[in-house]
Amino acid sequence: MDTPALSLAGRATVGDLHLEIPSTEPLVVASGELVAVVGPNGAGKSSLLRLVAGLVSLDTGSLTLCGLRVDDGSIKGFVPPERRRVGWVPQNRLLFEHLTVAGNVGFSPRATSETTSHLLDRLDLTSLADRRPTECSGGQAQRVAVARALAAEPQVLLLDEPSTALDVVSRHRIHNLLADRSRRPATMLITHDPAEVADLADRVVEVASGRISYVDPP
Amino acid sequence: MTRPRRAPRSVLIVATATMIFLTLPLFGLLQRTPWTNLGHLLGDQAILDSLRVSLLISAMAASLVLVLGTPLAWVLGRVRLPLRRLVRSLVLLPMVLPPVVGGTALLFALGRRGLVGQWLERWLGLTLPFTMAGAVVAATFVALPFYVVTVEGALRTTGDEHEQLAATLGAGPLVVLRRVTVPRVLPAMGAGLALAWARALGEFGATITFAGNLPGRTRTLPLATFQALESDPEAAIALSLVLLAVSLAVLIPTRDRWLPTR
Repeated sequence: MDTPALSLAGRATVGDLHLEIPSTEPLVVASGELVAVVGPNGAGKSSLLRLVAGLVSLDTGSLTLCGLRVDDGSIKGFVPPERRRVGWVPQNRLLFEHLTVAGNVGFSPRATSETTSHLLDRLDLTSLADRRPTECSGGQAQRVAVARALAAEPQVLLLDEPSTALDVVSRHRIHNLLADRSRRPATMLITHDPAEVADLADRVVEVASGRISYVDPP
Repeated sequence: MTRPRRAPRSVLIVATATMIFLTLPLFGLLQRTPWTNLGHLLGDQAILDSLRVSLLISAMAASLVLVLGTPLAWVLGRVRLPLRRLVRSLVLLPMVLPPVVGGTALLFALGRRGLVGQWLERWLGLTLPFTMAGAVVAATFVALPFYVVTVEGALRTTGDEHEQLAATLGAGPLVVLRRVTVPRVLPAMGAGLALAWARALGEFGATITFAGNLPGRTRTLPLATFQALESDPEAAIALSLVLLAVSLAVLIPTRDRWLPTR
């Protein structure tokens, strides 16, 4: 069996929330697999993504990305975000307003000019390349955020409600990009949209009060 | 169409009175200015020397403020220090301290027999009191808090989420600092630096106490103005106008960054 892109089991504390993935049922995501993460607001979905990104650390347990242990609950065993190959698209996008659209997409030191141009083209952003994010619509800005994460050539893509409040065209473009299993990295997608889960997800993980459980495939 | 907001009459009256209070001294100065003789006064060598000394000292102080103040502002704005409130109060101290007290404290710390000054002289042969370097130190001391407070505030307001995102894209701490943190607080750095520079330019008490009033070396425009007030009031007015012009030249372009307008 191939090495999974992500394997996670353990406990983490984020403010008042205790996130727990039991070692008997670790969260495992294969390369190219898209796992939808569902659950009520405040349940710990975003914290789960931040844990994988390295913005939160495990109290105990183990997180492995493509065979490399990046967190074992100790200070010594913690690999900082810049040395993990993840692409994170947070809910509030966090675009760099001092850079152009092209500057945002090509921000990562791992992004090549070819990848940047290709992603600008695929997400229909080429004509906006010289604009500032403040001059973009919500849908355009979301596409920039997704392109920026993909340009970093991540092994794991972390999407936090990327389609919420998007226009049909933007939503369609992002879905097209994610639908191609052969070309996408392992992906964790937080969503509240059952149609999005049905269209894209290979598996579904439910997070409730910090505990995760596995739901049957859609 | 948005209806313009109307201020209550009592507020308008007090606001107008305050504006008059703030601008009255300026009109007093302009009213007494010897306009016909101004060109001659401004060409005086002593005034030009003071202007040169002032610009040199304030520029060097501003450079030191930038180099020393930026890391301090970053630490205060981003690191959870155990005694952060106390540290912040200490940083603000030169802002509220009477400048003469600041100058006296500098003498006891960096003077030839001062706490650190004696070692500076013994080990490095460096004497600060009554030198231009001393005037730079005095100006830096009083100006630093203006810069640190401005930049620290901007760092706290902008938060660190963008830095976190940059890290997930593979950018190391120095790259994040250069490509995300600094560009995001650059307007605040500019505004803080302008304020610090203006404070350094107007510095009087700490300078005269710690660095003296030596023509061509530590006699800055404010010191020369004070000196001239006793012997040559017209020259004092001319010097004041120079200071006023320089201050406005800094204040007008930075005002919109310091207090953004709609």
